[in-house]
Amino acid sequence: MLSLIARRLLQAIPTLWVVATATFLLLRLAPGGPFDDEKPLPPEIKAQIEAHYGLDLPLYQQYFDFLGNLLKGHLGPSYKYPGWDVQEIIAQTFPVSLELGLWGLIIAISLGVPVGALAAIKHNTKAETGLMGLAMIGICLPSFVVGPILLLVFSLNLNWFNPLGWSYAGDRVLPAVTLGLFYAAYIARLARSGMLDVLRHDYIRTARAKGLSDRVVIMTHALRTALYPVVSFLGPAAAGLISGSFVVETIFFIPGLGPFFVNAALNRDYSMVMGTVLFYAVLIILFNLIVDIIQMWMNPRSRHD
Amino acid sequence: MRCLNLTTNLCLCLLLGMILGCAKKTTNVEHGNATQELFIGIGTEPATLDPHLLTGLTEYSVVMAFLEGLTTLNAETMRVQPGVAQAWDISEDGLVYTFHFDPKAKWSNGDRVTPEDFLFSFERILTPLLGAPYAYMLHPVKNAEAFHTGKLNNFSEVGAKAIDSHTLQIELEQATPYFLSLLAHNTYFPVHPPTILKHGTMTERISKWTKAGNYVGNGPFHLKTWRLNSKLHVDKNPHYRAPDSVKLNGIHFLPIDIETEERAFRSGHLHISASVPIHRIDWYRENRPETINFTTSLGVYYYMLNTSRGPLADPRVRKALAYTINREELTKHVLKAGQQPAYHFTPPNAGGYNAEARFPYDPDLARQLLAEAGFPKGKGFPTFEILYNTSESHRTIAVAIQQMWKKELGIDIELHNQEWKAYLSTREAGEFDILRASWFGDYDDPNTFLSLGETDNGNNHTNWSSAEYDRLIKLAAVTLDPEVRRAIFQKAETLLLDEMPVIPIYFYVTARLIDEAVQGWYPSILDNHPYQAIRLNAEHPTSNIESKN
Repeated sequence: MLSLIARRLLQAIPTLWVVATATFLLLRLAPGGPFDDEKPLPPEIKAQIEAHYGLDLPLYQQYFDFLGNLLKGHLGPSYKYPGWDVQEIIAQTFPVSLELGLWGLIIAISLGVPVGALAAIKHNTKAETGLMGLAMIGICLPSFVVGPILLLVFSLNLNWFNPLGWSYAGDRVLPAVTLGLFYAAYIARLARSGMLDVLRHDYIRTARAKGLSDRVVIMTHALRTALYPVVSFLGPAAAGLISGSFVVETIFFIPGLGPFFVNAALNRDYSMVMGTVLFYAVLIILFNLIVDIIQMWMNPRSRHD
Repeated sequence: MRCLNLTTNLCLCLLLGMILGCAKKTTNVEHGNATQELFIGIGTEPATLDPHLLTGLTEYSVVMAFLEGLTTLNAETMRVQPGVAQAWDISEDGLVYTFHFDPKAKWSNGDRVTPEDFLFSFERILTPLLGAPYAYMLHPVKNAEAFHTGKLNNFSEVGAKAIDSHTLQIELEQATPYFLSLLAHNTYFPVHPPTILKHGTMTERISKWTKAGNYVGNGPFHLKTWRLNSKLHVDKNPHYRAPDSVKLNGIHFLPIDIETEERAFRSGHLHISASVPIHRIDWYRENRPETINFTTSLGVYYYMLNTSRGPLADPRVRKALAYTINREELTKHVLKAGQQPAYHFTPPNAGGYNAEARFPYDPDLARQLLAEAGFPKGKGFPTFEILYNTSESHRTIAVAIQQMWKKELGIDIELHNQEWKAYLSTREAGEFDILRASWFGDYDDPNTFLSLGETDNGNNHTNWSSAEYDRLIKLAAVTLDPEVRRAIFQKAETLLLDEMPVIPIYFYVTARLIDEAVQGWYPSILDNHPYQAIRLNAEHPTSNIESKN
């Protein structure tokens, strides 16, 4: 186990380096720069500002400076918001996205797994068709459709929730549901196919033959293996969920990290893009590692890999 | 676990939310009306609160709450009135201004606002190292341009000096009739020297002085909280020179996206929105006409023509294109917010100037012009492209114009969109045929629009150049008599429309939703709304129409 963790962490270094380098190069290849605007700056002013950020140096020099700062743990100041450091912005907004993502994750798992399992148990019945139909709709409906519909019904018409903000406990409900529904639907499909697969196995038949109740067969014997594909999916999904959603956080005016991913790229806020991309890469690596550990626990065979 | 099915789960979730959600019943507007706190949407997050670095209207609309220049503008009339300076004398030749400071003018930490503070601020914005984008606004001050461009290194040679601890004298290069109103612009705002120096050098751009807790200003309000994309909250500044003139106790600036903002307004979470989604305009007109507010703004939407490309080099072709756009139809059926069709370039009433020149909507004349240029019925006309930055409304307009040109002139135009920064870079490189553009006046004067046509203007990407036009604009700059000056601008505008390197399409309108409780919000062509004038009248509680239905 420890050697796996150590190996993965070592592998993470070249991965992050490739991500950083590719992002750096792609950003510089994109047309336009952080200080271009509809009313262009006088050239000498623009040169002055670029010098401030070291953008007047040769590209390779900028690249090495950037890597050097990264090693020291500095992501630098945001170009778009002078006075704000990239780290500071991430530190301020990530906890919000993390909380929202965790609520979304809870909804996704607690809805998706039972629905998927139920559909598999009721294989070839109307209940299965109905549940899987719902799941399909869940996958097809993008959050920018679900969000406003929930808002219209539960906030503007029924007046149960605030239509925006993140100040009260109730403010978590609609965004978390919006965020969680898509993942719930996806998990339901994975859980169903996983469960169907497991239920055909001999050991399930053996368990049934031993006279165990359906409940025990499903809960203790089938579910653990059936959830294997769900867990693999959850690694990257969790990283995506907790790093913030541009759409959901914009619709509900939630002060999370999500909008920065998109806006930083649109603004050519170089340091902010590098910061958010690397942060996301670290999350993905971390969650994949966690998934591997959980899967090892779930499947004794893989412990010896 | 199995018994937890979809419905029970959902119900539990919503029930929990309901219980928690019910804790909050008063809306922001109700709360604000009771406490005199204004909730205002600003659309996007301000990039900076440094008055010398900001470039956008959003930033300005926030910073004007914290800082105040030597003069201010009256909220209702936009006329110059005292600010930090309670009185001033102007020499007979109009070159020397002497400002007498209000002894009550204080910084939010209690320090007195001194002439030295202004000198420090002028030096800061003019020092090239700071890279202040709008520093040229100070160029009317004697030697300011020389210092700003590095020709002069000694700031004491710039025409501003402290006579005593209450008097500041400013000497100009040449008489500038609108100088007093310039002083109300953010580039002339003072900054608190000890605060700036505490967080870096005078010219440090990446400074933390603008953060909540660090900010020291001299305006009616004081920065209390600032979290990106979340909240920007200001409180009344107890040290403000005229505390009684300020009715509001606080302002919450909310950087909310346009669609979300409309919902926020509808549910009583905002007093004033920054904009209105086009598809909601009709609903408000019909159902809550008292809340929707349109103000003409000093901005023009136009197409730039690359006059070095094929037939676009021929003014007859350019005119033919301009004369076949049915602007009435565009503004009425596509844009809907009461935008004015543009038959000239400078928006109406820019600094009291109204263009006399007009071009017609005349498809017959256009066909004739196109035929004269060698393309009867559009035959042989090459396929051109309209380039616009990705946006649904630009696309809709471009599609409409594409059809008008096809129908009336028989020419084919293709549409091409690019994401904002890519669009800017293509435009800078001049790699376009026809380009969507817009311009908002920096100050209330026709010069801010007509100078765009000058040969060496950084925003003239048309490759069009006219010695006569350049001469007129330069002449207007040194003409003092306002009547004569306007006459020169009329000539320049006529010349511009006769050559048509740009095709004006419409003049902008700002649409906002404003709660009935808001009083003292006056229409302003520059979208400038001093907060001192605003108060909230709780006698007019808002009705949440949606929830009543």
